[in-house]
Amino acid sequence: MSEAVKEASKKGRPVYRNVDFGDITTKYRMPPSAIVSILHRVSGAGLFLLLPFLLYLFQQSLLSESSFGHFAGIVSHPLVKIILLGLSWAYLHHFIAGIRHLFMDNHFALDKDAAQSTARWVLIISLVLTALVGLKLFGVF
Amino acid sequence: MASKHNIGQRRLVVGAHYGFRDWLAQRVTAILMAVYTVVLLAMFLSGQNFTYEGWAGLFAMQWFKLLSMVTFLGLYYHAWVGIRDIWMDYVKNVGLRLTLQFITIFWLVGCVAYTVQILWSV
Repeated sequence: MSEAVKEASKKGRPVYRNVDFGDITTKYRMPPSAIVSILHRVSGAGLFLLLPFLLYLFQQSLLSESSFGHFAGIVSHPLVKIILLGLSWAYLHHFIAGIRHLFMDNHFALDKDAAQSTARWVLIISLVLTALVGLKLFGVF
Repeated sequence: MASKHNIGQRRLVVGAHYGFRDWLAQRVTAILMAVYTVVLLAMFLSGQNFTYEGWAGLFAMQWFKLLSMVTFLGLYYHAWVGIRDIWMDYVKNVGLRLTLQFITIFWLVGCVAYTVQILWSV
């Protein structure tokens, strides 16, 4: 048992063992780093599952002039744009959270306050980049 | 715990498969993908009038085709490590976990073949 867990039981705080889905969704108030962590995993898994869809779009965009037209047709559908925007967020969140990971691997920003602060920035930067991609996707600029 | 000498600074790490290789591979492939992403994202955000000639012309260049292929291979290895971690965390039944790991490998090898087909069609 780690020191932190021993401390918690001494002070009469609730001790959770074998944390399940219900605990993390309803009982805990998750700090930003925990939110970034779970979203990193969820976005990675989602991108993995949708790989064939993305590869299919990639193929249509490259195969020929007419398949490029087919690709442009699929991508211009509003529903597909929304799916692509969701996938863009997943990719960009995974990307930015991954960069935070690389810095932490090299012992940057490891203390409690710095780690929460960089986690907040990951959430903000990935949403801003997704918004930029969204504006481009819907033809604003 | 197998033995009390098997932990800490004195543990034997050579050839023991503690996971360092996969951990490092996931980081190295991440850096490769990050560079590729920054280049393509900048091109997408700054580009106007996307045409087939411009897009296919980019992938028709041998160096970009190879760079893309290496990056995609990195992505699939990266995904293998990540998805394997998910199975190891949540699936406790060894038979089921092994089956899911096999399916993941087949899935990703299929993606490799599909990527080769796509990139070498231009």
